[in-house]
Amino acid sequence: MEDIETIAVLQDPVRRRLYEYVAAQGREVGRNEVAEAAGVSRTLAAHHLDRLTEAGLLVSGSRRLTGRSGPGAGRPAKVYTRARAEWSVSLPARDYRTAAELLAEAAEEAGLDAGLCAAARRRGEVLRGEAGPCGSLGEVMGVLAARGYEPHLEEKAGAEAGEGARAVRMRNCPFDVVAERFPPLVCGMNLALLEGLLGADGSLRARMDARPGECCVVVEDSKNNTD
Amino acid sequence: MTAPRPTAHLAELNIATLSYPLDDPRVAPFVEALDPVNAAADGTPGFVWRLVDESGGDATGLRPAGENVIVNLSVWETQEALWDFTYRSGHLEVMRRRREWFERHVRAHLVLWWVPAGHIPTVEEALERLADLQAHGPSPRAFTFASSYTAAEAAPYLPDSPHPSDSPSTPCLPDSPDSPDSPGLPAARPV
Repeated sequence: MEDIETIAVLQDPVRRRLYEYVAAQGREVGRNEVAEAAGVSRTLAAHHLDRLTEAGLLVSGSRRLTGRSGPGAGRPAKVYTRARAEWSVSLPARDYRTAAELLAEAAEEAGLDAGLCAAARRRGEVLRGEAGPCGSLGEVMGVLAARGYEPHLEEKAGAEAGEGARAVRMRNCPFDVVAERFPPLVCGMNLALLEGLLGADGSLRARMDARPGECCVVVEDSKNNTD
Repeated sequence: MTAPRPTAHLAELNIATLSYPLDDPRVAPFVEALDPVNAAADGTPGFVWRLVDESGGDATGLRPAGENVIVNLSVWETQEALWDFTYRSGHLEVMRRRREWFERHVRAHLVLWWVPAGHIPTVEEALERLADLQAHGPSPRAFTFASSYTAAEAAPYLPDSPHPSDSPSTPCLPDSPDSPDSPGLPAARPV
C-alpha cells in the first residue's frame, strides 16, 4: 500500500473520528469504548477499526479488559492502538527529511548545539508572535496541540495536591526520525523551540524529562520546581 | 512459553574529554548529576553491570584513556534497554548539555559490542573495541547505535568465545591488541 492510499483510508469522516480517538488515548482501547466515544454502533466501529488496522494505521491485539483471568473471565476483547509508522505525501515530491538528517549530521559533527538552540528559541518566539507567555497549562495544551505534540495533562504521582501537581506531557514528537538519530542535538533544539514558543518569563517552565515513547519535554508550574 | 535466555549481552564504552577538572565549578552541574543518573541506570530494566572505581560510586576516578578523559563502561541485556536509558531518561539532559563540559570529539567516542552473557569486559578490551571502530568503521566487532549488528552477526567476535578458525590472532582477545584482522571480515567502512 502506498502512503497516499493509506492516508486516503482516513477520508471517511467516521473512520477518521475513530482513528483520532484511538490516537488521542495513548493506550489500548476496546471496540465498545471507541463506539461509545464516537457515537456509532459497535458493529460499525468494529468494521472501521479493522479497516484502519488493515491499512496499517492502527495495530490490534487482544486483551481481557475486565482485568480478570481464568474461567469465567470471558473472551479476550480486541483492542487497538495507533501504529508507530508514519506516512506522508508531498505533491510535488519533496524530501525535507533527508535534508533535515544531513543538516543534523553536520551540526552534530561540528558541535553546533548552541547555535541550533538559539535559532530554535528565536523561531519559537516568532511562532508565539504578539501573544504573551503562556499563563496556564490549559493555554499550553492549546498551543502544543496546534503544533502536533498531542499534549495531555498528567497528575504527578506523589506530588502534593494543588498548584503544580499537574504537568503537560506530549505523546508525539514532531521531529521523531531525526530526534532518534541525534537525540541530544534534536531534543535540545526541541526544548529551546518550546521555551521560545511558551515564553520563558511566564509562570510555566518547559524542561527535559525524557521517558520512553513520548516527547522528551514536560511543561509544569515553575513555582513547583525550585530545586 | 518462556523466552530463551539471552546468550549475549551488549557492552558499551563511551569516553568524554573534560574541558575543566572535575572539581571546577563550571562542571559542577555534571558532577551533581552523576549519582542520580547512575542510580537511574542501576535501576533500569535490562541493566547488567557498570564499571566503578575505588569510590564505588562511578568510574570518574579512572583515567585509562588520558588524564582528562573520563570513561563509561557498562553492560546491558539489549540494545533497546541501553538506548532507552541513554536517550529516554534523565541521562538525556546530561547529554543535551555535553558541550558545556566536554570537548568535542572528532573521532568516534562511543562503541558497542556483544559479549557472552556473564562476561565482564575489561577496560583494555573496551578501548580496543573503540580503537577498532575508529580504525575500521562499524563492524560486527565494534559498532554504534546508528549502525548496529545483531548478536548472531557478532557471534564469531565475542570475547572469550571460541573463534571459528581457532586462529591465535583472534582480534578481539584483550591480550592481542595489534593482531591483524581475521580473514573473511566484511570490508571496513570509512569512519
